[in-house]
Order: sequence, then structure tokens, then C-alpha cells
Amino acid sequence: MAAGVAAWLPFARAAAIGWMPVANLPMPVAPTNKNKHQDEIIILNVSGRRFQTWRNTLDRYPDTLLGSSEKEFFFNEETREYFFDRDPDLFRSILNFYRTGKLHYPRYECISAYDEELAFFGIIPEIISDCCYEEYKDRKRENIERLMDDLEDNKDSKLPNMTFRETMWRAFENPHTSTMALVFYYVTGFFIAISVLTNVVETVPCSYMPNQRDIPCGERYTEAFFCMDTACVMIFTVEYLMRLFAAPSRYRFMRSVMSIIDVVAILPYYIGLVMTNNEDVSGAFVTLRVFRVFRIFKFSRHSQGLRILGYTLKSCASELGFLLFSLTMAIIIFATVMFYAEKGSSSSKFTSIPASFWYTIVTMTTLGYGDMVPKTIAGKIFGSICSLSGVLVIALPVPVIVSNFSRIYHQNQRADKRRAQKVQKAKLARMRISKNGSSSAFLHSKRNGLNQSLELTGSLEEDQHLKKTTSLLESQHHHLLHCLEKTTNHEFVDERLYEQGYLQTALQNFPSQSPSLSSEEGITGTCCSRRTKKNIPPLSATNTHSHTHNLQELSALHIQCGEQHPLNTSRSSLNLMSDESGSLNCKSSGLVTTAIISIPTPPSNNSRANPDAPPPANPDAPPLPNPGTDVVRISAL
Amino acid sequence: MSSCRKRCKRQILKFAQYFFRFITGTLNADSVEDELELSAVRHRPEALELLEAQTRFSRKELQILYRGFKNECPSGVVNEDTFKEIYAQFFPQGDASTYAHFLFNAFDTDHNGSVSFEDFVMGLSILLRGTVQEKLNWAFNLYDINKDGYITKEEMLDIIKSIYDMMGKCTYPILKEETPRQHVEIFFQKMDKNRDGVVTIDEFIDCCQNDENIMRSMQLFENVI
Repeated sequence: MAAGVAAWLPFARAAAIGWMPVANLPMPVAPTNKNKHQDEIIILNVSGRRFQTWRNTLDRYPDTLLGSSEKEFFFNEETREYFFDRDPDLFRSILNFYRTGKLHYPRYECISAYDEELAFFGIIPEIISDCCYEEYKDRKRENIERLMDDLEDNKDSKLPNMTFRETMWRAFENPHTSTMALVFYYVTGFFIAISVLTNVVETVPCSYMPNQRDIPCGERYTEAFFCMDTACVMIFTVEYLMRLFAAPSRYRFMRSVMSIIDVVAILPYYIGLVMTNNEDVSGAFVTLRVFRVFRIFKFSRHSQGLRILGYTLKSCASELGFLLFSLTMAIIIFATVMFYAEKGSSSSKFTSIPASFWYTIVTMTTLGYGDMVPKTIAGKIFGSICSLSGVLVIALPVPVIVSNFSRIYHQNQRADKRRAQKVQKAKLARMRISKNGSSSAFLHSKRNGLNQSLELTGSLEEDQHLKKTTSLLESQHHHLLHCLEKTTNHEFVDERLYEQGYLQTALQNFPSQSPSLSSEEGITGTCCSRRTKKNIPPLSATNTHSHTHNLQELSALHIQCGEQHPLNTSRSSLNLMSDESGSLNCKSSGLVTTAIISIPTPPSNNSRANPDAPPPANPDAPPLPNPGTDVVRISAL
Repeated sequence: MSSCRKRCKRQILKFAQYFFRFITGTLNADSVEDELELSAVRHRPEALELLEAQTRFSRKELQILYRGFKNECPSGVVNEDTFKEIYAQFFPQGDASTYAHFLFNAFDTDHNGSVSFEDFVMGLSILLRGTVQEKLNWAFNLYDINKDGYITKEEMLDIIKSIYDMMGKCTYPILKEETPRQHVEIFFQKMDKNRDGVVTIDEFIDCCQNDENIMRSMQLFENVI
């Protein structure tokens, strides 16, 4: 519960008087505040700086150092103050957490120092409030990654006993590990450059003879170029195969972008080897040679900047998409306009709208080749508007791309989406935790059977036991919720049990051998005459006070004692066959329907009917909730 | 005719202004909308001595109460939304807003839409330190939504429904449609002696004083502060 709200708990409890005249059941007894001393100011001396606060303020969070008795270890008898030898600046945020209920992370503080302080004072970082939580998580992740980087650097020198395969892989990934790797790195780089250069020079015309037309060098020195190509491709093939061998996960390696580029780069050569000089396919073969240019992408292994550029483009996909889309729209609009504007003029180059596309693109990108020029006045006007708007449309998404690039470059390929997803997920989880926190605390304490000690006839031992496990604030809050339960004669359960109960009420309308009792009519069961008048032994007093923390599901016998109808036990066929002993002492005559429901130890809170616990049986019979009747539940032990 | 001309002139003027602004570059008349920011209502409570005299709290208790009050509502007054928010934090499983609305009306005795510290403390004084008669009076006031001196079945149904709303969905046994109605029936059977369909304050107080459970539970919250 938030700190501020704790101050309003007395108000909420006082307002509960409004339920009293409406309630049908007696209320549980309130937890008493045994050690009710006057609220005093305590002094916290943190490395010389004195902080003062009310004792109650600190008691709001009993599971931290300052809120529990752990602070007594730091109590200085002579000066009557609590002395902590910690950073006073950081202590400010911690004390403010007690005061306001919100934990803030100051931006100028070092993340690890802050974490240490939180750990010392027993505060979990997840409760940092939303305003500071993102910052905290970002800094924390940065720190962790930096630590991991440092670890990796150290790791490189260690690890003598790696397999040959692993060494090779590491050499490929990080050329600075050994001299061999570096040599390999440079050799492949050199050959990539050579290969690209060869491709380029191949097409330069070298004159064969002065009076003949120029033919490209590739056709003149065919063997030389072929040898070069073969050498390069062999190196690349060897490199690819070595990488494939060394890869820890070959399948994943084969799917990666770099390996695809490798394959595409060397494939044309092999296809060319395989194919003969067949005229039909030589055209296609020539096209394939285009793919040799992909070898230039192999440079991205060698250049970090190239990788980042590629990654930027990938991450700016939405901006690029927007750019493309808006450009397309504008092109279509202007092309249409220009076409109809120039339709009138004779010998117009604007023969159709697709033909005008070329003009529009050239104009919008401010290229202006001049091969297509509008001649009419209207055409010229629209043409100028077109070029002006082109500048705008193209200029808009560019800064976004640029800033993206610089951000990624500086952060060295941090995955943006991954971060957003994690934060979102964590935030949702935190919200769920905080929402379930208080309600589950109440249900949890119910399960521990503490609430039933707060009967109007509660005894002293239970009070003491109570004090040990929950804070006073919590117990008062639970008492309030318990009063509400009594007022409405319904109980809080958690989702799981609610769903079970819901399913079983759905089965209720099923006519079965089990008691044909419907809650609407409340008719006593007539069938199962053999099994009527089965008696269940009274639940002994010891069972109610067993504070066993039964976290597993126990099946419970659920008995309802109604007010109107005579005692009539009827059971479904499957349950309680083995249970024979005991008699049901439903003092208040009522219809008794048995339903086995798996519920962890619920407290038996009705002193009038004390049925005994039957052995576990399958949940089969539907419960028949009859509102306004007493609900007694027994648990199997 | 002249009105038409006036209107035309105004339109032309506006257009000229717009055009001028368009030329010089200040488009969109960055209207500094002086939205008169609702100056935060600040309320200072009456002096401590006065409150001490009017309520049954001691000085120290009033101090503690005020500190808590001011912590949650720095402006000094609680409006209905804040009230609902605060109250809802105590009942995380259900929806406490309807009941909080009724509570708010019960505390806001002068019906000015906000609960000041005086209202708050007066209400608490009755609830925690008042006589049984006063407490029952307060409860009757809470149930009587339109403050006409009679509790009708509809009013009671509203109140009971709001209490059941606070339980939320996940209850055992499952909450049914007719449960609040049945509860109202039981209440009226108990309270409405002359069977005229409404419960008056005397019937209410009479009946409650004869009911031991209610009497005992009224004393329950004596030691809250």
C-alpha cells in the first residue's frame, strides 16, 4: 500500500461503519494496537548528516532495513540515534521513498553505487516509480553490457583448452585474436578488392589494333582474367568452407546474410564452369555475372561502418517506406496533371501518364535532364510546383534517417526493438504485480488461517502470532476486507478458484445423479435415497487452528447449511464413498449439499456446524451456492 | 444591408490578416491561449483550537490526522475523483467508486463538491467518537441518498449494490444478480416495521438498537486513531 494511503486507512475503517446495519453476520474482531506509544521522531545519522523523521514513516515498509528491527543494530546508545556509515546523498532518495511511497533514481548518480545502497537498505529496485524506471533500466543495461565486453576481452587471453573448431571460429569472428587470423583477414580483404577491380577493368575497352573498334579488355586478355577470377573464387570458396566447418551452428550460419552473400558471389563462376558455350543460355549466363558485384558486400565483414549502415537502413524501414509511399503519391499526381496539361500541345513528349512518370521523377529529385520539357504555360506552372514539392517531400524523412544512423553508430548496434519490448513487458509485469500485491496479500493471509483468529471470540495468542507475521497496517487492512466479506456474505477468492467455481456453477444445471438441488428453488434432494442421511463427524477444534500452510490443493468438502430446509444430505456418486463416520451436526437445519472443490486450507468459520474432514475425493459435484446461507467449508488434512 | 456590409468587411479583414501572416511566416496564429488555469484551489483549515472544540479529537490526534490528510491532498481539499481514487486503493479486487461516491456525499455536508479538512474531521469525529445514536444517524444519512428522511428500496438497492461491487468478480460463492435484491429484502423485513415500503430514521434507530450484532459492531472501530 502506498505510504500516503496508509494515512487514510483509519478513515476507510471508520467509514466501514456504514456497512454495519446492512450486514447479516457478526463482524470479526479488530486487531489491536498493543504497543501504542506516541509517535516519536527518530534521528538517522548518515555519515554526519542528520535526517529526522517520524517512526511511523519508517514503519510503513516493514520488510526493509529501516522499517524492521534490523535498524536496531545501528543504534548508537550514547547519542540516541541510528548511525549509518553510508552515502548521505543517496540516502536522500531512500528516505524520500518512505515519505512519499515513490522511489526515484537521480540521474547524476552512478548506477552501481545506487544499486548497492538499495541492496543495503533492503529495497528492491523494481519499485522505482515510472518516472525514473526507464532511465534506471537503460543505465543498468549499459553497465551490464560494458561489464560483459570487459569480460570478453579478458576471456580472449584465457581459455587454453578450446577445440580447434572453436579457435577457428573465434579467429574468423575477431581477427585480432591471433596473428594467423589477422593475416587471413587481410588476405581475404585483398582478394575481394582484386576481384572487384578485375570485374571493373574487364569492361574497359583496350584497343587491339589501332584501326579496329575497341573491344573490352576482358575479351582481349581472356585467359589472364579467367585465371584471376579462378584464383579469387578459389580463395572465397576455401574461406566459405572453412567458416562453414568452424561455425558452431551450421544451419544458423547458412541462413545468415553474410553467408548468403558469399554463396551468391561465387556461384556464377561455378555455373559458368558447368554450362557449356550454349547460345541459348549464354544470355542468362551473362546476367549471372552481374552477381559477381556482390563480392563487394563481403567488405562488410571488414568494415564496421558498412554493417552499421546496413543496420540503419533496416531499422529505418518505416521511414523509408513512408518516403517511398509519399513519393509515389506525388509522382502519380503530378504525372497526371502534367499529362493533361501538355495534352494540347503538338509534338509533346508527354505521350502517356507512365511516360510522364519519368519527367516527374527527374523533376522532383531536381535532376532535370531536359529530355522532356513542358511547352504549354500550364505545363510550366505545374512543372515548377512539382519541382518545389519534390524538394520538400524528399527532404523530410532524411533527417530521421540521419539521426538514426548516428544514434546507432554511437550505441554500437543496440537492438531498438528488443529494448522497447523488454521495457514494455517488464512494465506490464510490474503493474500486474503491484495490482495483485495487496489483494494477494489478503488472500495469502487468509490461507494461513490468520483471519479466523480474528473472530469476535479471538484469543490473545492469535494476536501475538499475528503481530509477528504482518505489520499492523496490513492486519488492519485485512480486517477491513474481512468485514466487507462478512457484510456481503461472500468471500474473496483468487482467479483460479473463481474460475473453478464458475465452471462448476455451469455444471449446476446438469441433471445428474447428484442432488437435484437447484439454487433457485432450494428444493431438498430426493434422489440417492441410499446415500441420504450420511453423516459426517464433527470437525474437531484442532483442525480449525491448524496453521498449516497447505499450498497444494486439498479437496474440501463443502457444506452449505441453509436456513429454510430440513437436514438432508445428498451426495454425488463419486465422492465420500469411503467416508462413513461422524454425523453432521448442522444445528441450523438446512439443506446440505456436498461438493468437492479443491481449495487450500480454508478456515472453518462457523462454530455451529462442525463437520469433519473427509479424505480427498475428486471434485465432481457442483456446488450450489445459496446466497444468504451460511457457508461452511471443511478441509481434508 | 449595412449588416451585410459589416460582415463582409470583417471577413475581408480576417482574410487579409491571414494572408499577411502567411507571407511573413507566422502561420497558425500561435494563439497563446491564456487558458485561465484553474488556480489550484487552496484551502486552509480553521485553527486547531476551533477544531478541537468542535470535534472530540485531542490536539495530537488532529495533528496526526491533518498530516495524513495534507500528505495525500496537498491542496487542502479532496474532490470526488481523488476521494474515489484513495478509497479504491483499499479494495483492489472490486470497484469501489460507487460506494465512494455515496461516502463522499455523506462527508460533504455542505454539498459544495469538495471535502475539506473540517468536513473530514467532523465526519470522523462522529464515526469514531460519537455516541451510538450519532453513528446510526450518520449511517442513515449515508443510506438516504436524496436526503429526504426516508430510505426507499431503490436507494437501499443502490447502496447494497455498491457494497457488492467492492467485492469484485472473484468471490466465493459466485455473485448472482438477485443477491443484492435479496439482501435488501432481508434488510427491509428487519427494519421496516410498519411495512410502508420506506424506512424512517426512527424505525432505523429503533431496530438497530434492538439488534445485538449491530450494536456490537458499532463499537468495533473505537480504537482506530
